[in-house]
Amino acid sequence: MAGIAILKPRADILGKRSAIVNALKKLVPARCIVEDEAGRRAFETDALTAYKQMPLAVVLPTTTEEVSRVLSFCHLAGVRVVARGAGTSLCGGALPAEDAIVLGLSRMNRVLEVNLESRYIRVETGITNLGVSRSVAPTNFFYAPDPSSQLACTIGGNIAMNSGGAHCLKYGVTVNNVLGLKMVMMNGDIVELGGTHLDASGYDLLPLVIGSEGQMGIVTEATLRILRNAEGARPMMLGFDSSEAAGACVSAIIAQGIVPVAIEFMDKPAIKVCEEFAHAGYPLDVEALLIIEVEGSEAEIANLLGQIDRIAWDFAPKFVKRSESEAESAAIWKGRKAAFGAIGRISDYYCMDGVIPLSKLTQALSGIAEICAKHRLQVANIFHAGDGNLHPLILYNANDPDEKARAELAGEEILTLCVELGGCLTGEHGVGIEKRELMSTQFNDVDIAQQMRVKSVFDPDWLLNPGKVFPLKAQEAFLARVR
Amino acid sequence: MYVNETYLPSGEQELAALIAQAAGEKLPLEICGNRTKRNIGRPLQTATRVSTGQMRGITLYEPTELVLSAKAGTPLAEIEALLEKNNQELAFEPCHLDQLSGGEQQGGATIGGVFAVNASGPRRVLRGSARDHLIGVRAVNGMGEIVKSGGRVMKNVTGYDLARGIAGSWGTLAVLTEVTMKVLPKAEDTRSLLFLNLPDEGAVNAMCRAMGSPFEVSGTVHLPASFVERLSMPDIAKLGQPVTALRIENFASSLDYRTGRLHEALQPFGAIYELDDARSRAFWRDIRNLTFLTGSDWPLWRISTAPDKGAKLVSALKAQLECTAAYEWSGGLIWVEVPPATDSGAAVLRRIIAEFGADAMLVRANATSRAAIDVFQPLPEVNMGLIRRLKEAFDPQRILSPGRMYAGI
Ligand SMILES: Cc1cc2nc3c(=O)[nH]c(=O)nc-3n(C[C@H](O)[C@H](O)[C@H](O)COP(=O)(O)OP(=O)(O)OC[C@H]3O[C@@H](n4cnc5c(N)ncnc54)[C@H](O)[C@@H]3O)c2cc1C
Repeated sequence: MAGIAILKPRADILGKRSAIVNALKKLVPARCIVEDEAGRRAFETDALTAYKQMPLAVVLPTTTEEVSRVLSFCHLAGVRVVARGAGTSLCGGALPAEDAIVLGLSRMNRVLEVNLESRYIRVETGITNLGVSRSVAPTNFFYAPDPSSQLACTIGGNIAMNSGGAHCLKYGVTVNNVLGLKMVMMNGDIVELGGTHLDASGYDLLPLVIGSEGQMGIVTEATLRILRNAEGARPMMLGFDSSEAAGACVSAIIAQGIVPVAIEFMDKPAIKVCEEFAHAGYPLDVEALLIIEVEGSEAEIANLLGQIDRIAWDFAPKFVKRSESEAESAAIWKGRKAAFGAIGRISDYYCMDGVIPLSKLTQALSGIAEICAKHRLQVANIFHAGDGNLHPLILYNANDPDEKARAELAGEEILTLCVELGGCLTGEHGVGIEKRELMSTQFNDVDIAQQMRVKSVFDPDWLLNPGKVFPLKAQEAFLARVR
Repeated sequence: MYVNETYLPSGEQELAALIAQAAGEKLPLEICGNRTKRNIGRPLQTATRVSTGQMRGITLYEPTELVLSAKAGTPLAEIEALLEKNNQELAFEPCHLDQLSGGEQQGGATIGGVFAVNASGPRRVLRGSARDHLIGVRAVNGMGEIVKSGGRVMKNVTGYDLARGIAGSWGTLAVLTEVTMKVLPKAEDTRSLLFLNLPDEGAVNAMCRAMGSPFEVSGTVHLPASFVERLSMPDIAKLGQPVTALRIENFASSLDYRTGRLHEALQPFGAIYELDDARSRAFWRDIRNLTFLTGSDWPLWRISTAPDKGAKLVSALKAQLECTAAYEWSGGLIWVEVPPATDSGAAVLRRIIAEFGADAMLVRANATSRAAIDVFQPLPEVNMGLIRRLKEAFDPQRILSPGRMYAGI
């Protein structure tokens, strides 16, 4: 296994494994515990599959009270805890540790309350992202953040990662769509933050918990803002000879005061793979493709797409196509949303998630091409153009250790480039173990220490999701200081 | 440092050095911008003041990237004027707390203050709050260290979101030195629908119905007759009856259609009157400026609740407390004015709102009252424990506006 170091497990805890499992059995029904090796193996990795760790045990509680009992015991016993939703994290966020239990929320997936007047839904956090939207779809409402993994990923995981999606350009990411949380802290205390109302008067702890990668507490319930569906939505495709032209077109659209619901970008290699997979009608002879979606009534959609069409004209598009039907729209989005899977069919890939200011697009893309060429690797670029969130997918062969090491190195260089261009390491996938050591390219020691002190506010003993987010050395030094 | 002095550092380094010195001396400081909100919150016991008022200037503005950065002491008005030139705006439409509570007027609200108190106005209900639009900060913590969080790009989950965590902390966690925010294009055209004389219940229902429509209603307000009188548009102020208003903003070509559809949907609630673009803008400027709440010195509460409970909450209040209430945010934000009383009505009000799971803050009251009762919503002990530790994590000597929000914090 390559590059990334794993926190050393505590031998004393490993030695007490059977006592710990027996204790857990007194706290939750036996069917909630997975202790055999085959069962635990299903939890040993997430979507960063190159890294695997067999957890001590897996607990799949069904109530907040059970979560509270398990955590207070683990707190007492000094056992680390890794929360898990669906395990789709791309940065090793849900990677277990050998001396940790995995606390899986998958059995807590009920809808608790829907309130259309006040436009919120209260759910248990093991429910899938799509499950939330589906449960309000018959009333013409939806939950806005739409990660491509929405069929599988859970609201708990979305909250931990502050996940986004294609439609976040207009509707914001998870932190903009959560009204309240119920969370169990490491000592078993149950705390409620926010509620069913907007903007309480005191301190706002929600944004500290959202995006904290499971390191502050186990979130068991969430109150989410739901919105009324637009009357209609339709994508159009614009193909260009260069990514430069595509980027300039995006800027021009925004300069005209139009903020579409989504603006997605694919480069030639990505277009080819996605088209072969989804038969969406993507043009194969362009260097860059934009998928732009607008919303409204029929007339409003026609008007907006007309305006965009006119703006695009200045950038000499080689291909212009409006979706003509529901089926065509679905196909266009299927190709985009299945992009990772489609590329996964032809190769192993390493997915980056850096962000850049849109004005630096050309520099970023040529930098990425150079870096990948230098490491003799192929790359396909997909990204959320409206907000500069790049997803270069570096293709490699996982069975070739040298190629894998080169892929990781190329990834590091790409993310460093994003930071140098004024952007950041990760726009929506999180830091996890993957980008932990790179944090110091974006933050200095003072910034990181401030974040670590906030971690200690919620989890003073650092038992929750250990070894993630912060450079390992910085974590160790910090803990040595406070202890 | 000198006691009874106002320090006006000209830059971040100078500010950091001052705070570090104060921390060394354990000297508590009032942290402020231009002090337009000085009469809000618990009265401070500090004699020394540090203001960001001299740290001014817009440091980055990229209209096509929808991003703007400014030093914390930059007047909000300066930022809005620049945005206006480019047909853009702060979509959260910061509300003006300045005139409400007799704060200082000179210089006007600073952008740092806007985020420090998370001041959001009518459009919040559609587009999100100030903190939602805050994407990066530079700040000085209570040890005099310069800390940054977030950045200048819209999407960023690198590390914890300290920027939004500091928003709304009223200067008690860190002194903001520079803020970076998301901006949005201004709508081309505006229209408003008005109802007269709706009972609270009906008004809240109409607002909820409108917000649940696909037409992107960007402001909702329901004012009682006595608040309508305070508005600056003479013909509306003279109506002498409750006014309920809904705003839609969009391309001009969309507005006929959207107002038409809203008319159909809302007809059952009563006769509908329309305001055109210019009159709409004037009307909503009043709402944003909280003109309907100024000109009185009676205690004023800001209550946040689930919108569908708003009218019930107010009627429960009225049964036990003489008060006047106005609603924004689909019924979820309620402004309640009460006659002067030693506790500003706190005991009754807090008991009743508890049954609704709501949150109440005393926005206007004399200093005695603000010192005697909880200005911010009292929280369960677990939450208070977290907040105490959070203060410790940013400001261990408790020198940054200590006690402004909660005693001892
Ligand atoms: C094909 C594919 C496409 C993707 N597309 C997107 C995309 O478009 N946008 C995007 O943002 N992400 C995307 N992702 C990443 C991933 O789906 C998200 O990060 C998602 O939110 C993770 O959810 P999960 O339920 O799988 O969480 P997990 O992977 O199980 O866990 C993720 C993190 O959340 C923590 N956690 C989980 N549940 C809880 C809880 N209840 N309380 C506290 N902490 C908890 C875990 O400890 C871990 O740190 C994609 C992933 C894949 C594989």
